[in-house]
Amino acid sequence: MSMDPIETFRLEADDLLDQIEQGLLDLTHRLGDMDLVNAVFRALHTLKGSGAMFGFDALAAFTHHCETAFDRVRKGEVPATAELVSAVLSARDHMRALVEDDVTQAHLEAGEVLLETLRAAIEHAGGGAPEATPAAAAASAERAAEPASAGNGWRLWFRLPANAMSNGTNPMALLAELCELGDASVTADLSHVPPLETLVPSELHLAWHVTVKTDQPKSAIEDVFIFVMDDMELTIEALDGESASVPEEKEEADAMPVAEAAPKSAAAAPLSDVSSGDGRQAKSAENVRVPAERLDELMDRVGELVIAQSRLSQIAATSVELHLRSVSEEIERLSGELRDTMMVLRMVPVSTLFGRFRRLVHDLARETGKAIELVTDGESTEVDKTVIERLADPLVHLVRNSIDHGLELPGDREAAGKPRTGQVKLSARQAGGEVIIKITDDGRGIDREKVRAKAEASGLIEPGQQVSESELLQFIFHPGFSTAQKVTNLSGRGVGMDVVKRTIESLRGTIDMVSKPGEGSEISLRIPLTVAIIDGLLVRVGEGRYVIPLAAVEECIELSLEDDLRSRGRSFISLRDKLVPFLRLRDLFGTGTKPDPHQKIVVISTGSERVGLVVDQIIGDHQTVIKSMSKLHANVATFSGATILGDGTVALILDVAHLVAAGQQQEAQLRAAG
Amino acid sequence: MIEQQKQTAIALDDEMEVLTFNLNGETFAIEAIRVQEILDLLPETSVPGASRFAATVINFRGRVIPLADLRLAFGMEAAEATIDSRVVVIELDLMGETTLIGLRTDKVNEVTTLAHSASEPPPSVGMRWRPDYIDGLFKREGEFIIQPNLQAIFALHDSQAASGSHPLN
Repeated sequence: MSMDPIETFRLEADDLLDQIEQGLLDLTHRLGDMDLVNAVFRALHTLKGSGAMFGFDALAAFTHHCETAFDRVRKGEVPATAELVSAVLSARDHMRALVEDDVTQAHLEAGEVLLETLRAAIEHAGGGAPEATPAAAAASAERAAEPASAGNGWRLWFRLPANAMSNGTNPMALLAELCELGDASVTADLSHVPPLETLVPSELHLAWHVTVKTDQPKSAIEDVFIFVMDDMELTIEALDGESASVPEEKEEADAMPVAEAAPKSAAAAPLSDVSSGDGRQAKSAENVRVPAERLDELMDRVGELVIAQSRLSQIAATSVELHLRSVSEEIERLSGELRDTMMVLRMVPVSTLFGRFRRLVHDLARETGKAIELVTDGESTEVDKTVIERLADPLVHLVRNSIDHGLELPGDREAAGKPRTGQVKLSARQAGGEVIIKITDDGRGIDREKVRAKAEASGLIEPGQQVSESELLQFIFHPGFSTAQKVTNLSGRGVGMDVVKRTIESLRGTIDMVSKPGEGSEISLRIPLTVAIIDGLLVRVGEGRYVIPLAAVEECIELSLEDDLRSRGRSFISLRDKLVPFLRLRDLFGTGTKPDPHQKIVVISTGSERVGLVVDQIIGDHQTVIKSMSKLHANVATFSGATILGDGTVALILDVAHLVAAGQQQEAQLRAAG
Repeated sequence: MIEQQKQTAIALDDEMEVLTFNLNGETFAIEAIRVQEILDLLPETSVPGASRFAATVINFRGRVIPLADLRLAFGMEAAEATIDSRVVVIELDLMGETTLIGLRTDKVNEVTTLAHSASEPPPSVGMRWRPDYIDGLFKREGEFIIQPNLQAIFALHDSQAASGSHPLN
């Protein structure tokens, strides 16, 4: 199953466009940073090149202009200005459109407009500021220092990776380009050509020695290879420079990491770098790009394997066959490990999620005229891919809300004695089996009066009714509830917060909000790390078997006969001097069978709240592959999903949050009753 | 939308392939294209708190799917399973989500062809069933074949299930 080359290009282009965007955004903060300029230039160049290769001609043509603009920045002819960066940023969005869609006339016209802006930006930058920025000046100074050895020319040796030609690189074109630089002589280096029987004809085995007599600087030589530099080996020496140019070589090593591994004396020891070449190949094979569906497919298979394995365990447990039991245990261990590995494969750092907010905040700052700083923390926290995907939209909404409703205009902030720049902070950290994501702003906080007025107007509370702080804030998550007076482009359409809440709940997560007037708000999301497989405790109630997520289980105790009798009226047990309410699942589920003589209580908790669940029997722990229930059962809140047991029957997974809430409610009612 | 599709279907081809089955002595027909599989009875798991209409779930090839009883939609009594009982697994669009649902049947008869033109609209009087639950009635060899409107039955069910008051509860 090979991938469509166009699709491959699109994936690659996506990466490049992300790189360009990140580079440009970094550049807005550090305008003089030549490394960033170079990184952006390289990405633009690669995009242009591969775009042209896969027939995205409009993209290649358009990107060419941006590349040219950045080339001038790189060469120090034009300094990087905020205007220029912004123009290229808009141009990048246009490139994305060109990558994704078929090119229309409208596209081309939009492209022209963008290029016009870009040209204007370059003109302003070039005309307005004849002296370049410090770094750019330094770069040109560096360049100026080079021609010391440039009078004679360069001797170079280069070797491309074996798969270069299948990747579309044409060594002949590189050589032709070198020859254009001046009077050149080319010798093939045959030392890596394998014997005939092991020679793979589609691979490249040659290396080349080239001597170019030219007054072009060294960077001109490097530019020839800019497209392939990452994977190749290259050494460049000044002609007649001998070893006199030691500092030169040092500079070379700094500027060009590819040259580091290359031998000191290139001509003498082409063989010695075979190992270094292999090392590089191994490195480039470290990352494998896999379509998400295949990962999901694999996950399903692992899930089925886990189910089959627990079936095997059950059979083995009842068997006297010792061999069978040991094999079964082996398989249990292996499938457990496989499951864990699979889980790790699906883990993605939240930085992939947070990354996209930099652009959002950048754009929103422009739109709203607010000064905003985005701070992120804990980006290396890893979360299941599915969770990340489903979190994206809610988070966008929450961040937009913070900026639109929370943060004040710079003038208002100053008046309130706060720094002009508002701060939005995204943080993530892992706590047990959950990840906690917080969105914090230092804006004006939630206006309680407005929320109250709106809640009264929509009949959620009686006028003048006493409601606690946290209850009041919960109204924000009600459908159709928005306190924005005017509907802006960003938010205030009254859809959103309830959708956010539902999405988070569908991930078995919770959402909480704290807000201090004048100081800002904080929204915390608690979400399980994974949605696919959990460890569960299998219990029996009546004839049905149910799974309780093990992460929520605190302890299991016996329901003593006295407690059982005493608790007919009120369902509490005393657990280490604390009263814990309990629910009889038999009654809750209406099993209609006689209770077992020795019932057990499974104490579950969410945070600080605990509830006991009375079950007939605790069967044991069970690796649970979570299957969602259909929409037909969406109204049954007691269960968060289902799983398939070893014998092929279905067991339902209890929704801990819902049961704890039900238990607490019962406790409150009993307290009220006396 | 559905109406339009149906009309186009008639325009293109008058005939449709259906699977017929029995429920309490009545014959029902479901478009064969919807049918995924016919299963022997499987172990069921009841879902406490769910409506009687879809009170249990089953394991269908590693997926957990609801098992619905059309008898309850047509005001019939639930019946004990017999040796002929089968589960017909169908695919249905529920609130924009393609969902697999198992239907209880007393007996699965055959795959046959029915002509749309032979269909009569459900009579508005003299019928004990809700007219919107029926897509059409076909007369054949002296008996009626009922084509239930699954979309209506399940759509109604799930909107009412959401508000918690279903007549089938």
